[in-house]
Amino acid sequence: MEDGKMVEPQKVDAPVRPDIDLAKLPNATIGDIYVENPRMTARQVRVNYGDKTAIEDVSLDIGGSEVISFIGPSGCGKSTFLRCLNRMNDTIKTCKVSGDIRLNGGDIYAPDVDVVPLRARVGMVFQKPNPFPKSIFDNVAYGPKIHGLADNTGHLKQIVQEALERAGLWSEVHNRLDDPGTGLSGGQQQRLCIARAIAVSPEIILMDEPCSALDPIATARIEQLIHELSSEYSIVIVTHSLQQAARVSKRTAYFHLGRLVEVGLTDKLFMKPQHEMTNNYITGRFG
Amino acid sequence: MIDTPKGLVSPTTATERVAASMAKRKKSERNFQLLGRSAIAVALAFLVVLFFSIFSKGLPGFFQYYVEIEVEIDREKLDPTGDLSLQSLYDGDARGVIRSALYAAVDAEGRKNKRAAGKLISAGAEQRLRELVYDDPSLMDTTQTLRFALDDDVDSFLRGFIKRETPENDRRISDKMVEYIDRLQSDGKIVYAFSDYLIFGSASRNPEMAGIYGAFIGSILTLSVCLVLAFPIGVATAIYLEEIAPKNRITEIIEININNLAAVPSVVFGILGLAVFIGIFGMPRSIPLIGGVVLALMTLPTIIISSRAAIRAVPPSVREAALGVGASQVQTIFHHVIPLAMPGMLTGTIIGMAQALGETAPLLMIGMVAFIVDVPGGVTDPGTVLPVQIFMWADFAERMFVQKTSAAIIVLLAFLITMNAAAIIVRKKLERRW
Repeated sequence: MEDGKMVEPQKVDAPVRPDIDLAKLPNATIGDIYVENPRMTARQVRVNYGDKTAIEDVSLDIGGSEVISFIGPSGCGKSTFLRCLNRMNDTIKTCKVSGDIRLNGGDIYAPDVDVVPLRARVGMVFQKPNPFPKSIFDNVAYGPKIHGLADNTGHLKQIVQEALERAGLWSEVHNRLDDPGTGLSGGQQQRLCIARAIAVSPEIILMDEPCSALDPIATARIEQLIHELSSEYSIVIVTHSLQQAARVSKRTAYFHLGRLVEVGLTDKLFMKPQHEMTNNYITGRFG
Repeated sequence: MIDTPKGLVSPTTATERVAASMAKRKKSERNFQLLGRSAIAVALAFLVVLFFSIFSKGLPGFFQYYVEIEVEIDREKLDPTGDLSLQSLYDGDARGVIRSALYAAVDAEGRKNKRAAGKLISAGAEQRLRELVYDDPSLMDTTQTLRFALDDDVDSFLRGFIKRETPENDRRISDKMVEYIDRLQSDGKIVYAFSDYLIFGSASRNPEMAGIYGAFIGSILTLSVCLVLAFPIGVATAIYLEEIAPKNRITEIIEININNLAAVPSVVFGILGLAVFIGIFGMPRSIPLIGGVVLALMTLPTIIISSRAAIRAVPPSVREAALGVGASQVQTIFHHVIPLAMPGMLTGTIIGMAQALGETAPLLMIGMVAFIVDVPGGVTDPGTVLPVQIFMWADFAERMFVQKTSAAIIVLLAFLITMNAAAIIVRKKLERRW
């Protein structure tokens, strides 16, 4: 968790776009958007759906091997921002993203960037478990297959096994890898989706409300898994559950009406929110 | 109650009102069910009548009357050159050989009587005899009991369509012929057997020799051309429009036009084929290639529309999942969308093909209604198709064509059912239930 350690803004390297002085912006985010050695940096991100602005002025760093959660009321833009990070918004025709998002210093919205390698490096787990209508094995093997990660069939099997082990699913499915992935229980399906994301060895895993369709036991299992995975991957999780954010994440970002209102260490944000809106939200006064 | 209640009613009132309205609701439900059931019953009744009519008329069409006579296969008469070549056989007097066998069978004497006897047998008999000795020369100079088709008028007489009571001048067979038929029948020489002409024969002016083989092959060739063109083009168009094409004015216009094309009467496609392929490109008439292309044009909208519906029915979560692990758009389409949409696409194709199989009008326009005796050997040989053959037969005056028409309809239906069954099996195999 060293990479994700919070530092004072002054100590950080110059922002990716030094021409923007964040502190002078009227809606500047409260808290520390910076981390040391960020894996991903987002600056001044703005997303429009047609004429409607979904998010505005969002700037945030995502550190290596940290878990950061996005919280906020429905429609606040947290999922939209999450989907900017691996360009899943590209599939929406009316969606227009501006600003600057970099992965390891490289602009992911540069014209020559192909989304395929980007999405291989920034994996995604969706709100509703969505395994392919194929076998458990094929679900996990699909990513490595299309990216040519495996040297041979034996290697592919190893990749699948390791991904399933890390997703904590191996012991439950190792003797029925040929069964359909959609035949698993909801929680198992979600872990299968996590295994599928892990199988392509991403640097960052984005999770869009991964537990909202699951029961408390399956949720606990996924949270445990997020905790285990955080030693290797950066995990960005959107959640509606404040308790979940508090349990799994090191840092928390609070979104409201398309703006990133406050970001900080989870403990600090929950115990001593700086912004009034954050305070209202976490104390349950709205949202 | 004096004053009218306003706003929410009390729970007791509500319970009463609900109970009161139940009877009305139940009645309307019952009526609706009754309506639906009677609709189904009427439809089924019509279906039963249709099938009964087709099968009662058509099944006898699969059989016809033959005469079995002892024929002296005289080598000198049949094969004058003696080399057993086809030319020599055609030069020979096969007709005379059969005629004399027939005269002997009914003891016909004199020119008039012989002429009456000669009319009993089908004109195709001599060709049968030639084929027989050509295939098996060892039959030469032997006496064989051979079976030949009877003339269609005799057939109709035996079936009772031509009445004995009708005055001689009003019926197509003379009293003498009737006498000979009675004689052959009492000798047990007339047999009612499966009609090989129907299945293996081609178009013919003689009803007893007419068959569907040529039209059947023509249908297979035409449908093959149609399928080979329409399925890949239709599916590719659907995928492009649904998954890749930008949603703008141009694609919207294309979509509207595709939907409109589905409603265009099929004969218009025939005129298009006539004008473009025959008129401009100068291709030959009556060929299955053009028939297939015209039917493909007609089938395309059906395939495109149903394929698009099938693609749209693929849950977006599957696309997201594929894109999420870094599949490209084309990989997502080919690995996930198409396999899931394939059963629906196939259903559309089956419907389209079934339409094409039964289509007559556009093929009339491109000349596939021509009288063609030869069986087409390829897509560029002139031919006809089953529905057109049925259409032509239905138009002929001879009584025997009525049975042949119904028999051909049964064959067409069987063809259709076989095709659909095959497609359903293929679909079931592709449709993996997860």
